[in-house]
Amino acid sequence: MNRTFICIACPVGCEIEARIEESSEGPIILEIAGANCIRGRTYVENELKNPTRIVTSSVRVTGENISITSVRLTAPVPRNRMMDVIEELRKVRLTAPVSIGQIVIQNILGLGSDVIVTKPVDISGV
Amino acid sequence: MTAHDVIIIGGGPAGLAAAIELKRLGVADILILEREKDPGGILRQCIHDGFGLHRFNESLSGPEYAARFIDQAKEMEIECLTNTSVLEITSGKQVTAASPQGMTTYQARAVVLAMGCRERTREAIRIPGSRLAGVYTAGVAQSYLNLKNIMIGRSAVILGSGDIGLIMARRLTLEGAQVKAVFEIQPHANGLPRNIEQCLNDFNIPLFLSHTVTNIKGRNRLEGVTVSQVDDNLRPIPGTEKDYACDTLIISVGLIPENELSEMAGVILDPRTHGPIVDENYQTTVSGIFAAGNVLQVHDLVDFVSLEAERLAMSVAGYLETDTLLSADFSKDSIKTSTKKINKPADFAPAEFIPIEADQSIAFTVPQYVSGQADFILSLRVRHPVRNCQIVLQQGDQIIRSVKLRKAIPAEMIQIPIKSGDLVSREKITAVLEYE
Repeated sequence: MNRTFICIACPVGCEIEARIEESSEGPIILEIAGANCIRGRTYVENELKNPTRIVTSSVRVTGENISITSVRLTAPVPRNRMMDVIEELRKVRLTAPVSIGQIVIQNILGLGSDVIVTKPVDISGV
Repeated sequence: MTAHDVIIIGGGPAGLAAAIELKRLGVADILILEREKDPGGILRQCIHDGFGLHRFNESLSGPEYAARFIDQAKEMEIECLTNTSVLEITSGKQVTAASPQGMTTYQARAVVLAMGCRERTREAIRIPGSRLAGVYTAGVAQSYLNLKNIMIGRSAVILGSGDIGLIMARRLTLEGAQVKAVFEIQPHANGLPRNIEQCLNDFNIPLFLSHTVTNIKGRNRLEGVTVSQVDDNLRPIPGTEKDYACDTLIISVGLIPENELSEMAGVILDPRTHGPIVDENYQTTVSGIFAAGNVLQVHDLVDFVSLEAERLAMSVAGYLETDTLLSADFSKDSIKTSTKKINKPADFAPAEFIPIEADQSIAFTVPQYVSGQADFILSLRVRHPVRNCQIVLQQGDQIIRSVKLRKAIPAEMIQIPIKSGDLVSREKITAVLEYE
């Protein structure tokens, strides 16, 4: 079977053509072409096995005022768990001040990825 | 009136990168004027990741990418006035700004235009129908969700396949809204392929090419839109109308460099890019006024905005040494028409410069002309998607540079580094797209 992938590892977005064969141990890549770098093959392997994605969102921050900050995952999680991650983030209430890189949830849902703050908020909530 | 060596208009990615590089090059007297309450520009609301892959070799969110520059600017003690909106720039490089402290006029030796761009609106593309709540440009929707924590609707249709629209399709879906479809009037997508993959395909959101919204329905709040297929001339085909119920319409139909201030200063714009005409030093048609980032040409990636602003900084530092660079003599006489926009920018190159022309398949080039004395990066976009193509730069019959590409699409800016030694004469440079 031939399948085309658009690699999302970087903004180049290589169009990768792969010839894939189903086996008892899952799909095997027989031939691959079109990737500009080594990450292309890893991407296709992951897409076949277990597609993973980074989730970004915002969470509430309470200080002198109520505001929000943005957060992201430090490592990708299975694509079909993105909504579960979002549900966890809805429950989060941080206390100002917060700073970039601060861990919001360690090892979220046991998926091996941390949630970190990506925007600083000072005590006044700005 | 206070005087500064360099005044930078805008504290977004272009302005910050230019300031830091100028300081590093030994220019001490720099002032950034920023109209928002914080520096960072549009990155403040771009909370998704993917920024900095080229520059930092890691995938950062917009605020994190901005913070690296904001922190460095602070460390270098670069002065940045926020809540300060520039109202006027003159060709004599006087800058008037309003802030809560009042109005101030500054005199600059060099001005850096770094105002970024604006979104095209519903009005710009003339969609008929009621004027009701629920119609947002993608960037406005993004600011509601990401800066104000306000959800904008439950079921959305997106018009235009620009990157911000695609990013918002994913964001709205994750936040619980139903995104029904994305419609694009062109026969090809306008966003980056990776965004179509991870923002639409991941969530089974269909993308319909050659379709547009032809009616907006509802009374106070949007109730639905009518969508039609378009023909080769982008005109709606009668009989193809289809109704979609939705309470939200997101418009993501392109960005336009924000150049009201540039025009006040007498800077001549290129009608193809809507940004200033510049030489390889990023100097506009007004001596001592420079432009980089999205105010010059709309970029796909912030990494390239930072790089462009840093190259600009090198030129500005050179300019300050002597108060001149080889600059085009745009005396009043040379501007023959009263309009500040011109049809063929290459024709506008002054005698001492080498004009750069593009063929029909290439939408524009930046710079529009060069002195031929320095290496430069030629930026361009193709008009239509092509495969197995070649961009050939020639002077007369001689090929000075050619670049083979497996594919070229309008959504991706192409940048070609050119050495001054590549040029073989003072004849104009022509950029040609060759494809099967």
